Amino acid sequence: MDSVELEHFLVVGAVLFGVGLYMSLAKRNFVGVLIGIELMFNAVNLTFIAFSRFVESAEPLSGHVFVVFVITVAAAEAAVALALAVLLYRMRDTIDVDRMDLLKW
Amino acid sequence: MEDTGTVVAFWILAVITVGAAVGVAAVRNLIHSVALLIVTFGGLAGLYITLSADFIAVVQVLIYIGAIAILIIFAIVLTPRAGRLNQEGFMLLPALALAVLVAGTMIFVSFDTNWAISDREGFDDTATAIGDLLLDRYALPFEIASVLLLTAIVGAILLVRPEGAEEETE
Repeated sequence: MDSVELEHFLVVGAVLFGVGLYMSLAKRNFVGVLIGIELMFNAVNLTFIAFSRFVESAEPLSGHVFVVFVITVAAAEAAVALALAVLLYRMRDTIDVDRMDLLKW
Repeated sequence: MEDTGTVVAFWILAVITVGAAVGVAAVRNLIHSVALLIVTFGGLAGLYITLSADFIAVVQVLIYIGAIAILIIFAIVLTPRAGRLNQEGFMLLPALALAVLVAGTMIFVSFDTNWAISDREGFDDTATAIGDLLLDRYALPFEIASVLLLTAIVGAILLVRPEGAEEETE
């Protein structure tokens, strides 16, 4: 515990990704699913930044640029997905993903 | 990174971040879940600072805490009759098994792989360098990202517009 290495950050990122994956698959509320997806984005960002800091590379800041793009796409995704949540609520009066069964015969 | 300040900061921030993330999945009330999500985002911003990524840390606070968390709270309060419960559906056990499996695999790989660790110091000024890269080597993805954002914003407005809104404006 006397120094912080790449593996420490990778473990934090892996645990965050696991929690996000669990939430996006298991939660019944649509907003809970979105929170899980945001957690997975953040886990990936942390991993990018950790690799960018520690690993040998000709252009180490490329990891940071990638994170900027990930955040941009995450913002666009959040805006559209939350608009869809509000739209679903207006049509069906619920955002419970277990009750989104219009395609079920 | 061996100086005591960084090591202590990493452990405190890692415990806060992981603990809050587990809390996000565990608490019953969705509003409390979003509050803990904000703590997770803040802890991650601190972890970015320990990795000398100052620009990304500020962007994390601005975009994730300032925009996305607020957007999620808006979505919750705009769906009042949908319930504020954060409970799991029938996928609870398969999802838990898959998440543990994926996280375990990633942790195993991160310890098993022999990473090409460099011995360089942390960056001292990332904002200037990121700006140079964005407008030089990554100029085309930068432009595409701006078009994507514009499309997403217009699409989101179009989706939630009330029915027959254009007749009212005539």
